[in-house]
Amino acid sequence: MRASLFITCYNDTLFPETGRAVVALLERLGVELDFHPAQTCCGQMHANTGFRAEAFSQAKRLVRLYRDSENVVIPSSSCVAMIRDQYPGLFEELGNEQLRGEFRALVPRVYELSEFLIDRLGVEEVGAYFPHRVTYHASCHGLRGLNLGDRPLKLLAKVRGMELVPLPNLERCCGFGGTFSVKNGDVSSAMLAVKLEDVLQTGAEFCTALDNSCLMHLGGAMHRQFAGMRTIHMAQILASTEQMPAEVAG
Amino acid sequence: MSVAGQPILDPVLAPPFPKAALTVLRDVQLRKNVAHATDVIQAKRARLVAEKPDWQALRASASQIRDEALDNLGSYLEQFEAQCTARGGAVHWAADAAEARAIILGILKEENASEVIKIKTMTSAEIQLNPYLQAAGVKVFETDLAEIILQLGELEPSHIVVPALHVNRSQVREIFARTMGLSDLSDDPQALTAAARHYLRRKFLEIPTAIGGANFLIAETGAVAVVESEGNGRMCLTLPRTLITLAGIEKILPRYNDLEVMLQVLARSATGERMNPYTSLWTGVTPGDGPERFHVLLLDNGRSAIRARERERQTLRCIRCGACLNACPVYRQTGGHAYGSVYPGPIGAILTPQLTGMKHAQSLPYASSLCGVCYEVCPVKINIPEILIDLRAQVTDQERKKAARLFDPMYLGMRVANLLFSRAWLFHWAQWMSRIGSKVFTRKDGWIHSLPGMGGEWTQTRDLRGLPKQTFHAWWKQRKQASR
Repeated sequence: MRASLFITCYNDTLFPETGRAVVALLERLGVELDFHPAQTCCGQMHANTGFRAEAFSQAKRLVRLYRDSENVVIPSSSCVAMIRDQYPGLFEELGNEQLRGEFRALVPRVYELSEFLIDRLGVEEVGAYFPHRVTYHASCHGLRGLNLGDRPLKLLAKVRGMELVPLPNLERCCGFGGTFSVKNGDVSSAMLAVKLEDVLQTGAEFCTALDNSCLMHLGGAMHRQFAGMRTIHMAQILASTEQMPAEVAG
Repeated sequence: MSVAGQPILDPVLAPPFPKAALTVLRDVQLRKNVAHATDVIQAKRARLVAEKPDWQALRASASQIRDEALDNLGSYLEQFEAQCTARGGAVHWAADAAEARAIILGILKEENASEVIKIKTMTSAEIQLNPYLQAAGVKVFETDLAEIILQLGELEPSHIVVPALHVNRSQVREIFARTMGLSDLSDDPQALTAAARHYLRRKFLEIPTAIGGANFLIAETGAVAVVESEGNGRMCLTLPRTLITLAGIEKILPRYNDLEVMLQVLARSATGERMNPYTSLWTGVTPGDGPERFHVLLLDNGRSAIRARERERQTLRCIRCGACLNACPVYRQTGGHAYGSVYPGPIGAILTPQLTGMKHAQSLPYASSLCGVCYEVCPVKINIPEILIDLRAQVTDQERKKAARLFDPMYLGMRVANLLFSRAWLFHWAQWMSRIGSKVFTRKDGWIHSLPGMGGEWTQTRDLRGLPKQTFHAWWKQRKQASR
């Protein structure tokens, strides 16, 4: 099976190890991956901050870039939610019929990583080995935007050597919210404090998620507080094996 | 506006949300009260929603009923007016808050009323009725327990269903002891309610004029429905000689039977009960039973303008259950006052700016992390995150035309980012520049601990990992070349 990787702008810039893990994981599962060098951003930051015209120009760019892809895999729930929930409105308002047609044809082939593994490839056991104590944080966009349900937990349950510790108040936001984290920095920090209390209480070595944005938020606070826990994107856990243990930065 | 020198939750005067929130975040007791209260209500709601296997069907049905009412609002309102008038009620129409206040004062003057008892109504808080009446020489007595606490303690409401949610019982004890002259009052809930009962009983028996709101107006029959928990509403609706009902025009339901759905979703969503304790329904006046004179005041105050906007019309589906407030992680930290409006929380963040024609409260659409839990719990399926984003776009469209925004860091940054994302080579160049530029801020441990400008909002509580040496796309390119 062929798939195109849309790495997302912030994973490309800040979390390349997540991208490398997606490549290792999917190639191990026999997927023929390609990477379009012209890709940049899905437009989420502009859309959520109220810059619709700018968001539209990036949305248009993304649809044109991937219109011939067999599948598009994105290791970020919020970017997938942007495409599914906000592109229709942007194209309705600012696009033309041809663009709307191209979008409608593309959108069923766009997958978040855990959706791609379970729904498209039909695998839960991906051959991963990660001998650590881990807690899973469900990002809001994964939980309520994409309704990922128990897909992430099914995948994590099959990882050998790993102890999964449930996170209390799983449905509660970590307070990141994109530009919310700087426009309402104080409230965002208060929300983070509440979330971090739950996360640290698990006593896990790692907190994982399908969104590096939440993990950047949680991990930034953990590092600030010498909390003794680290964050890791789920792709890196799923890519990890005895021979090739996960790269853990920081 | 500030009437009679009292502090008022007024979107025109309120400071921006981030600023107002900071004051509240420093109030540890208030945050504890809000978190505790919302956690309790939310858990009750979750339990009762879980026992309804048809909850999603009920939500769908409730939102359809509300849409039907809003899509045909004019004809349903006229039907309500005709039915209510035929049964002895008097219907008044008010375009805005000032007109509504003047009509109500006019009725009170006709009645020679110098005192009035009230059922909790957020619409009266919206039009700032109490300070206006007090200034005109009419004494106003709230009868809902939470409203009594606020009125006697000279506090502001912080929630649309439980307005004194930010006050705990030892604080209630202090207010009652001080204002009712009960120095040995305990903070036992029973003792506190008994004190309130005693205070209220005389008011109910002596004051012949009442002002209330409406949960629903039934177009088909001209009936008004009020749901409540304490029975104070029923006292106000049956004992007085004259009753004035103030209701937003969006409160209409097409048919009496629609209550079957609406009352089920409202009680579960609002207070986590299968059925609220008191549901009052009445139509016009009935000789020898209840008030002799009944007025309904239908208030627009910005609602028609919201209705006219296709995407935002769903805002008016709201039945004021407060479920979105209880579930919201932002509200849980800040409580209601930071929103600078009688309508706080997620629904307030979309309703308040729209009620003021997007002229005020422009920071409210940004007072959300867009986590989506408000939409998930809304019994009438208002897509609050979608509307928040849409209102942000309206604010941006207004603001970006202003010269002052040309070099505003946020607006400038967004324009530059758009340019960078339009060409991969520009984006890659910016990544390289960022890495070089961030070196000066990156410590030996490879992390950034402090940033200037807007980045400082991040680093006030969070570190940022230093930019990695190689971006993903550079790694991919290198790997491809190596495999050739």
